[in-house]
Amino acid sequence: MNKSNKVVVTIISILFGLLVGALTLLIAGFNPIEAYGVMFEGIFGSPKYISWTIVRSTPLILTGISVAFAFKTGLFNIGAEGQYIIGSLVATLVGYFLKLPIVIHAIVAILAGCLAAAIWGGIAGFLKAKFGINEVITTIMLNWTALYFSNYVVFWEPFKRPNRDASQQILDTASIEILEKWKVSDAGREFLKNHDFLREFLNPPVNFGFIIAILVAILVWYILKHTTLGYQLKAVGFNKDAAEYGGIDVKRNMVVAMMIAGAIAGLAGATQVLGVSKETAILTAVEGYGFDGMAVALIANSNPIACIAAGLLFGGLKYAGSKLQPLMGAPLEVINITIGVIVFFIAMPKLINILRTAISNKKRGVKVEDTK
Amino acid sequence: MKKRLLALLLAGVLIFGLVGCSGSSETPTDETNGTETENGEQAQTNQPLKVGMVTDEGGVHDQSFNQSAWEGLQRAEEELGIEASYVESKQDGDFAPNLETLLDSGNDLIWGIGFKLADAILDAAKNNPDQKYAIVDHSYGDETPDNVVCVMFKQEQPSFLVGYIAAHMTETNNVGFVGGIAGDIIWAFDYGFHAGVQYGAKELGKEITIQRQYAESFSDVAKGKAIAQQMYQQGADIVFHAAGDVGTGVIEAAKEQGKWAIGVDRDQNYLAPDNVLTSAMKRVDVGVFNVVQELVNGNFPGGETITYGLEHGGAVDIAPTSDKHVPQEILDKVEELKQMIINGELEIPYNEETYEEFLKTL
Repeated sequence: MNKSNKVVVTIISILFGLLVGALTLLIAGFNPIEAYGVMFEGIFGSPKYISWTIVRSTPLILTGISVAFAFKTGLFNIGAEGQYIIGSLVATLVGYFLKLPIVIHAIVAILAGCLAAAIWGGIAGFLKAKFGINEVITTIMLNWTALYFSNYVVFWEPFKRPNRDASQQILDTASIEILEKWKVSDAGREFLKNHDFLREFLNPPVNFGFIIAILVAILVWYILKHTTLGYQLKAVGFNKDAAEYGGIDVKRNMVVAMMIAGAIAGLAGATQVLGVSKETAILTAVEGYGFDGMAVALIANSNPIACIAAGLLFGGLKYAGSKLQPLMGAPLEVINITIGVIVFFIAMPKLINILRTAISNKKRGVKVEDTK
Repeated sequence: MKKRLLALLLAGVLIFGLVGCSGSSETPTDETNGTETENGEQAQTNQPLKVGMVTDEGGVHDQSFNQSAWEGLQRAEEELGIEASYVESKQDGDFAPNLETLLDSGNDLIWGIGFKLADAILDAAKNNPDQKYAIVDHSYGDETPDNVVCVMFKQEQPSFLVGYIAAHMTETNNVGFVGGIAGDIIWAFDYGFHAGVQYGAKELGKEITIQRQYAESFSDVAKGKAIAQQMYQQGADIVFHAAGDVGTGVIEAAKEQGKWAIGVDRDQNYLAPDNVLTSAMKRVDVGVFNVVQELVNGNFPGGETITYGLEHGGAVDIAPTSDKHVPQEILDKVEELKQMIINGELEIPYNEETYEEFLKTL
């Protein structure tokens, strides 16, 4: 299937998803046109909605790239959730306890978060390479391990903030929020008073995370497409035995692939902490960034660049969906069902593709799978 | 290829599982649908005030705190003719955007339910000085902006009363306390209960052992059950909890072992009618309703901290079902104690320091 064809199929399934979502709303007794109007307005109605959408999509883009990257190398990274948690925990620890100059502090915190999450992801890769344990099982279990480990650390006396279910907040030097101090200072307020667009746009915690996510998407695309490492990783993904026969160290590549996937998911956690939440909360259940990342990777058809658009779409749906309750009085359950249905159908092109290749394989014998 | 399909299937299951989990088990009631027509009628007479609330992760059907607040708003909707709405938070990062959503939909008053939202409410209030906000269970003290009302409860008072009841009802002279996550609010429950037990023990001239454990969670039902079982095995026959959903586990344990549990926040007797002795009620709905009423009457108490105690009829109290299991003479004594607290003859401790002082006065 060629590229433009693929885009068309994706767009058709998005429209189809919206249609079925509308049907759900109709059955529940709400006007779907009004609901979509509210959602559209909720994303594009004001500069600040746009920046909220971007802020909320950033971690989804990154976890999406993480899952997509692992997919390309033949691994199924369900552990993005746990790697995200480890990334955010370590970034908070570094952001709070280390005292470093501005900029350097943020970079160190991000790198530390990535490194820790890379090791976390690497555990699953190592177990797979060394003992052949399926990464699906290990990563799911590591998600819970990460969750409880994070809670354990947050309860540590010098780190926990009294009277809050959360850790201490990171130092200002580690923040990656854009113009954070300036926009609440007197001079900043005075200036923004006369600049409506900028004031609205900067209202949410706009941060460098989105730019980082775009750079990572390009980097991952480049690695997969134009480097030896990427070639080897993909080769292992397509056919382990053939890759080994071709002289590629399969085991090493599995560990490396999981480490890179982990680092990207950890980066999502680190940027979220340093740019938005500024703290690690005590988690009662997983927050779902990693699982949403799987949906993003599916929509994007495992293409890292497409993950940017898919992440924005998914983040926008979730953000705008939360506006339906107060504005339309639609119960949250209906909204969740609608969004679920939309996502299900958006993820369809991949399914349609698979069915198609499966059918044609039968007819024409095994064909090398389309690598795009 | 087969593996891919399997992987996709798994992903689908997980994503759908997630969407399924995030919703609550309770089906939407008619109330939400009913409001539309109701408000339509009111809109014709005059523009109704709009009040919205942001929940924490518990969601609006959490059987405790958030649900109670939402009930307060629904009551205000019926009795005061306001228009109420809510937004649920799925994670801490949702607080700020959810507050924005309510701001943009033109609410006259925006509630943050629970101290977890304290920072988010303060930021929002500073950025939007013309918008009215209110928060439950947190006070900014002198720092409270003029557009914010803080609603606090003297949870130590009902805790003292249930502690007193526990002291009289225990046969093993051994009771337990299960806390959620340590902090000012839960300490008030903790030390209030301790004080009540000690007060009762002194009166009866006996020694009562009090076991205490914190679950470090407000949601881990299994942990609550395990802690309570442990306490019962070590001789306790009454366990009081102030731990949200963790307490559901405590009550389950009481039911299984045939012991007593004491509920919190709402009258939790319905969870185990034969095993919930009484409940230390903290009526968030009353607090929410009262502030909305003030707003409707045009005297919004901005910048203030309202602290509800026994003197504000029914905002904190012991559960009305207490007479099922507690003998009348003890309840009569409780009424006397209530009066003493209201008159200021009895100061209930709310942290370790005040508790030490309280013990000296016994």
